[in-house]
Amino acid sequence: MSGRTKRRLPRLLAALAAAATIAGCATTGAEGGTAATRDPLEPMNRAVYEFNDAFDRAIAKPTAQAYEKVVPAFLRDMVGNAFGNVRDVWTAVNQLLQGKPGHAASDAWRVAINTTFGLAGLLDVASEAGIEKHNEDFGQTLGRWGVPAGPYIVLPFLGPSSLRDAPARGVDLWADPLRTIDSHGQRNNAFLLRAIDDRQRLLDAERVVSEAALDRYSFIRDSWFQLRRNQVYDGSPPAAEEDTEWLDELERQESGTGGAAPAAPAPAPAPANTPSGAPGNERR
Amino acid sequence: MKQPYSYSPHSRFFARFALWLLAACTLLVVSPVRAAEAPNEMIQRLSEEVLQRINADPALKAGDPRRIDQLVDGIVMPHVDFQRMTALAVGRSWRDATPEQRQRLMDLFRTLLIRTYSGALSQVGDQKVQMKPFRANAGDTDVIVRSEVVQPGREPAQLDYRLRKVGDAWKIYDVNVLGVWLVETYRTQFAQEASGGGVDALIRSLQQKNEQLASGNGKAN
Repeated sequence: MSGRTKRRLPRLLAALAAAATIAGCATTGAEGGTAATRDPLEPMNRAVYEFNDAFDRAIAKPTAQAYEKVVPAFLRDMVGNAFGNVRDVWTAVNQLLQGKPGHAASDAWRVAINTTFGLAGLLDVASEAGIEKHNEDFGQTLGRWGVPAGPYIVLPFLGPSSLRDAPARGVDLWADPLRTIDSHGQRNNAFLLRAIDDRQRLLDAERVVSEAALDRYSFIRDSWFQLRRNQVYDGSPPAAEEDTEWLDELERQESGTGGAAPAAPAPAPAPANTPSGAPGNERR
Repeated sequence: MKQPYSYSPHSRFFARFALWLLAACTLLVVSPVRAAEAPNEMIQRLSEEVLQRINADPALKAGDPRRIDQLVDGIVMPHVDFQRMTALAVGRSWRDATPEQRQRLMDLFRTLLIRTYSGALSQVGDQKVQMKPFRANAGDTDVIVRSEVVQPGREPAQLDYRLRKVGDAWKIYDVNVLGVWLVETYRTQFAQEASGGGVDALIRSLQQKNEQLASGNGKAN
């Protein structure tokens, strides 16, 4: 890291502490809450989402499609590998911050192998050799440290984020090795290429989201929250409190009413276990 | 100034979401259940069988709707408590729905899932399913089984299942693809649609969605 980066560190940590505090205060109980509690800024978020979507349709997506069409797959793989290799550096740092020295070592090892044997990262030989790739960023590190995700925030151009992850994203950018490229022109080209590469990978996914979602906005938001939580816990988050009580209760009632298939919501007054009459209507 | 509209690593998962959700839906598989089979053993057996079937059937891989129906109805559905899955996705308004409305919701939800994910069938290839350690107590009737789909040169894809014991058999009622539970993801949307006009409004919008998908693939590409 350069001297410039070192001098910035204290300021950055102070800002982070502040952001974490704000996020912590603002979001007690927001994790796993309803749409209203997780997304108090919905009107604004939807507006930004619409803007992003328009930008995407007009510029980002056509660019990504052209990229996919013009550049052969093996070259695109190399581009993706090279950026992935750069990302692995920051992943390793975050593993360390999260208290996972084993993973940090394996991710650093990946960088060493891919940078040398992988021809400056163009080939992902480490994965071929069975060294698993991870993706860690500073938002996940904050999550590990106990900072809740906080309210949903859609960032212009960047998409889904939250009160915790948006500032963390700034840290990711601050630590981004691409920023150390000296020439302005080359640096911008690198960022641009990476953006196109990222977008191109999402082309298939986007189709699924369009087809699966009744409302794309809330579909993306709700999957995003789950996804981030899953990432924070490296794939095995504590089982979410699934509220199935009401359904279990309903099933008991309905199977109790004369063996009708559970699909029948018991039109007749139920026996013993439902003293209050019409089952299924007692609470809304 | 950084990337134009990149979801970046955060949501890169969407790219694989399609494939694995489909895989998940189809992995819910097969043949008469042996009485004493543990839930994790069942998932493993079913996963392997479904992958094998898809790979052995070019028409299925190409997305032939009849073949997909056969696979889903004949092999997958017997192991899924689809009613529970739909009920949980719909949420509490399920209680007020008539049997006809419930059946309609199940049919529409099923169609939506199949339509959406059948495109991903073509991507099934040399994947292998690896089970993760399974922990449960003897008397448990509700468990989570974790697995991973591995493919050379790719990051492993997380694929988890929530199962409930119904009589002697374990039935799947929720699927987690890359960290995202199916039921939870649909719940808010369904509630949103039902908030104005109740169950009928939800039925209408599901119907519309399916029609839109049937006629020209939604707004895909």
